[in-house]
Amino acid sequence: MVEIVHSAAPVCAIGVSLVAVILMLISKGYPNLREFWTIGASILKFSIVVSMLPTILDGKVIEYSLYSILPGLDIKFRVDPMGIFFALTASFLWIITSFYSIGYMRALKEHAQTRYFSFFAIALSATMGVAFSANLFTTFLFYELITLSTFPLVAHTETPEAIKSSRRYIAYLLGTSIAFQLSAIFLTYNATGTLEFSNHGILAGKAPDMLLIIIFILFMAGITKAAMMPFHSWLPAAMVAPTPVSALLHAVAVVKTGVFVLLKVILFVFGVDLLSKLGVGTALAYFASFTIIVASFIALRQDNLKLRLAYSTISQLSYVVLAVALLTPGGITASVMHIIIHAFGKITLFFAAGAIYVATRKTNISELNGIGKQMPLTMAAFTIGVLSMIGVPPAAGFISKWYMISGSIEARQIPFIIVIAASTILNACYFLPIVYTAYFKRHDNEIYNEEWRMLNKGYGMINLNSEVRIKEAPPLMVVSLILTAIGTLVLFFWPSLFLELARMVVGGVI
Amino acid sequence: MNIAEHFPALVIVIPLLFALITWLAGLINRAFCWVIALTITFLCFLMSFSILNTVMHTGRISYHMGAWEPPWGIEYAIDYLNGFVLVVVSFIAFIVTLYSRKSVGLEIDEEKSPAFYSLYMLLFTGLMGMTITGDIFNLYVFIEITSLSGYALIAIGRRRNSLMASFNYLILGTIAATFILIGIGYLYMVTGSLNMADLREKLPPLYHSRVVLTAFGFFTVGLSLKLALFPLHIWLPNAYTYAPSVVSAIMAATSTKVGAYAMLRILFTVFKVEFDLNVVPVTKILLVLSCIAIIAGSILAISQTNIKRMLAYSSVGQIGYIVLGTTMANQTAMTGSIIHILNHALMKGTLFLVAGCVVYKTGIEDISGLKGMGQKMPFSMAAFTVGALSMVGVPLTVGFISKWYLATGALKAGMWFILPIILISSLLSAIYFWRIIEGIYFAPAVSSQHSEVSTYRSLDHHNPHPVSRSRDDAPPGMLIPTLILAGLCIFFGIAAYIPVSVAEKAANMLLGGT
Repeated sequence: MVEIVHSAAPVCAIGVSLVAVILMLISKGYPNLREFWTIGASILKFSIVVSMLPTILDGKVIEYSLYSILPGLDIKFRVDPMGIFFALTASFLWIITSFYSIGYMRALKEHAQTRYFSFFAIALSATMGVAFSANLFTTFLFYELITLSTFPLVAHTETPEAIKSSRRYIAYLLGTSIAFQLSAIFLTYNATGTLEFSNHGILAGKAPDMLLIIIFILFMAGITKAAMMPFHSWLPAAMVAPTPVSALLHAVAVVKTGVFVLLKVILFVFGVDLLSKLGVGTALAYFASFTIIVASFIALRQDNLKLRLAYSTISQLSYVVLAVALLTPGGITASVMHIIIHAFGKITLFFAAGAIYVATRKTNISELNGIGKQMPLTMAAFTIGVLSMIGVPPAAGFISKWYMISGSIEARQIPFIIVIAASTILNACYFLPIVYTAYFKRHDNEIYNEEWRMLNKGYGMINLNSEVRIKEAPPLMVVSLILTAIGTLVLFFWPSLFLELARMVVGGVI
Repeated sequence: MNIAEHFPALVIVIPLLFALITWLAGLINRAFCWVIALTITFLCFLMSFSILNTVMHTGRISYHMGAWEPPWGIEYAIDYLNGFVLVVVSFIAFIVTLYSRKSVGLEIDEEKSPAFYSLYMLLFTGLMGMTITGDIFNLYVFIEITSLSGYALIAIGRRRNSLMASFNYLILGTIAATFILIGIGYLYMVTGSLNMADLREKLPPLYHSRVVLTAFGFFTVGLSLKLALFPLHIWLPNAYTYAPSVVSAIMAATSTKVGAYAMLRILFTVFKVEFDLNVVPVTKILLVLSCIAIIAGSILAISQTNIKRMLAYSSVGQIGYIVLGTTMANQTAMTGSIIHILNHALMKGTLFLVAGCVVYKTGIEDISGLKGMGQKMPFSMAAFTVGALSMVGVPLTVGFISKWYLATGALKAGMWFILPIILISSLLSAIYFWRIIEGIYFAPAVSSQHSEVSTYRSLDHHNPHPVSRSRDDAPPGMLIPTLILAGLCIFFGIAAYIPVSVAEKAANMLLGGT
C-alpha cells in the first residue's frame, strides 16, 4: 500500500496564482509591480511543486481533501508521480513564459495587459488543479476553469476575427466537455458510485462491456483539449491569441491538460487490464494514428508559421495518445515523457515565432527568407526545437520516439512503428523547409543589395543601403527562448528524474 | 402563549393586512410604501425561517385556523417541502423588495406606486398562502389572490403591450383556476373533504372512480397552465417581457415555483405515488411534456432578441426541469426537482434583476444593448455572468447541483435517455448565454442613437446616460440585492448540503417514506 502524506501543499500550489490575481488587480496602475506579482507567483508556484518532489520520489503520495460539496462530489487533491510530472513541466515553463510575456506585451504595447496577466495566472492555477486532482469531479471542475479562463486570452485582440475564433474555441471545448465528458462522468458515477481515481481503474466489472465502451467513447470525445480529430479545429482557431498564450497554453498547459486527463481516464478510471480486455486500446491507437498523419499533411500546407506549429501540435499530441493506447510499459513511459519533451520543444518554436513577429512583424513562412542571419539566436533555438520535434538526437524528442517504438514492439503492433516512422518523415518535411528558408535563402535585403549593385555597376556608386543587420527581439524574449531550447537538450542528456517519475507511473498501473 | 406557535398564521395574516395598510400609508407619503413592504417581507422571511427550523427539529406542524379541527376547519400544514418553499419565496420577495425602490420609481408612474406595493403584498400573501395551506379549497383561494394581483401587476407598467400580455394571462389564468376549482368540486363530491391529509386517506378506495379520475385530469391541466408547462406556457413570455422588471423578477423567481409546488402537493400528497404510477400514467405524460419543455424552451430562447423574453423562454425550459425530476418518482431525481425550486429562483432572480439594472441605466431591453457593458456596469455584469454560468451548469454553481441530482436520478431510474436531454439543454443554454457574455466583455458598446429599442427614454425624467465605457453601474440599492442573489448562486453551489439536506427529507416524505 502506498504511504499517504496529508499536506495542503497542492492547494497552495493552486492558490498562489489566484492570490496573485488579486494583487495584480490592485496594482493595476503600476505595470512593474503588477509584473512583479506574476513573476513572484510563478517562482513561488514552481518552488512549492518542487518541494513536494522528494516525498513523491520516496514512493509516497500527498493527499488533501479540500471540501465535499455533496457525497460523491469531493474537491480532493492527490499528488502522484504523474501529477507532479505535469505540474513541474507547466509551472517551470510558466516562469520562463512570464518573462517572455512581459517582453512581448511591452514590445507590442498591447492593450488590456492586466486582464491578460490575470487570466494567464488563473489558467495556470487551473492547470495545477487538473494535475493534482484526485477524482473526476475535481478534474472536470478545473478543466472547465481552464476553458473559461483562457477564453479572454484567445479573444484578447477583440477584433472580429478574434471574436469568431474564440467562439469556435469555446464552442468546441465547453460544448464537448458538457455533452460528452459530463455524461461519461454521470455514467461512471452511476456504475461505480465513486469518481475517485484508482491505480487499477474503478470501472472493472462494474458495468456490461457495451456500456463500458460507450463510456470510453464519451470520454475520448469529451476530452477535446487533447485535440484528437475530428475535434481539433479549436486549436488552430486559438492561434489568434498573443503568441505567449499560444506558447504556454496552446502548446503546453491547455493541450497537455487534455492528454493528461486522457491518460488519467485510461490508466486510473478504466485501468490497463480492463482496456486490454475490451480491446478498445488498439482502436484508440488507430484513431490517434489517423490524427498524427492527417494533421501532419495539413501542417505541410500551412504558410502561417503559428498555424503550422498548431497542426504540428495536434499531430504531436496524438503521439501521447497513441503511446498510452498501446497499454505497455514502454508505451506509457513514452506518453508520459512526451508530455514534457514536446512541451519544451514546442514552446521554443512558439517563442521563436513570437520573437520573429515582434522583431519583423512577419507571420508567414514564405516571408522568412534569410531570417537566420537577422536573428541568429532565435533561429538557432528554433532549429533545436525542430530537431526535437523530428526526434533527432541530441534533442529530447529522440527519447520519446525511442520509447514509443519499444512500446509498439512490446505490444506486437508493427503498424504503429510504420506510423511513427512515416510521421517522422512528415515532421521533417514540414519543419526542415523553415530552417532551410531561414538559413539558405537570401534575405530580401540581400536581394535588394544585389540588384542595386548590378544596376549601379558601371556607375561606381557604392551600396547605400542595408546589409542584413542583426535585429533580435527584446532581450527578455530571446533569453527565454534560449533557455527552453537548452532545456530541450538537457532533457536529452539528463532525463533520469523524469524517467524515474515515468517508471513510477508505470509501476503503479501495471 | 408562545407567539412562535402562531407564525404559520402570521406569515399570511400580516402581509394580507399590510396590503391594505400599505396603500393607506401611501396616501400620506409614498415613501412609506417601500419601507412597509420591505419590513413585512423581511419579517415574513424570519418567521418562515423559524417555521422551517421548527419543522426540521420536530417534524410536521399542523396549525388549525381559528382552532377548528381539521378536516372541518382550515389546516395549515407545514412539512419539509413547504417549509423549504416558504423560505425561498419569502427570501426572494424580500430581496426583490429591497431592489424595487429605484426600479419602480423608473418604470411605474409615481401615483401608482402605493397601488403597486399594495398589489405586491397581495401577490406575496397569495404565494405564501398557496405554499402553506393544507386545504385544497384554501389553495384555490390563494391561487386566485396570486393570479388577480399578478394580472394587475403585469399591467401596471407604462407600456401598452403589457395590457395585452396581462389580458392573455387573465384568460388562461382564469381557465386554469376554473379547472382547479372543478377538480376540487369533484373531489369534495365523492369524499366530502377538502383537507389534503384527509383526502390522502379517503381517496385510495375511490382511485378508479371516474369522478376522481376526472378531477385529477382537471387538476393536472389547471396546474400545468399555472406553472407554464409546455405547451401551456404561451401566456408566460409576453407577461414576463412586458411587466415591469421587478414584477418579472418576482414572478419568474417565485410564482411558477409555487405552481410547481402545488403540482407536487396534488400529485404526491393528495394522491399517492401509487396512483400516479399505476392508475393513471400521469408521470409518463408529464415526463414527455417536461422533456419537450426543456428542449423547446431552450431553442425558443436562442431565437430571442429581447433579454427579458429570452429569460422567460429559458424559464419555460427550467420549469421542465422541475417537473422532470418529479416524474421519475425516485428519491434522487425528486431531490433534484425540489432543490431546483431554490436554485432556479436564485439564478433567474439574479438574471432578471440584472436586466432591470440595465433597463434602469440605459433603457435598453435588447440583447445587443448589453454589448460593451462589462466596462460600464462591471458589478451588474459580473452578477449576470454568474447567473448565466449557473444556468449552463458549471460546477460550483447551483445549476450544477440540480443537474447532478436530475442526471444521476435519471440514471438510477434507468432512464438513460434523460441524460442527453439534460446535457443538450445545457449546451443550448450555453449558446444563448455565451452569446451575451461575449458581447458584454468583448464587443464595443453600441452608441446611444442606435438603440431604437429604448423604451423609457422619452418618458423619462431621468435622462439616460450616453452609452460610454466609463464606469456607471446601477445604484447600490439595486446592485446589492442583485449581488446577494448572485453570491448565493455560488454559495449554494458550494455549500450545497444546506438546501440538499432539507430537499432530501422532503423528497423522501413525498415518495411515501416517513
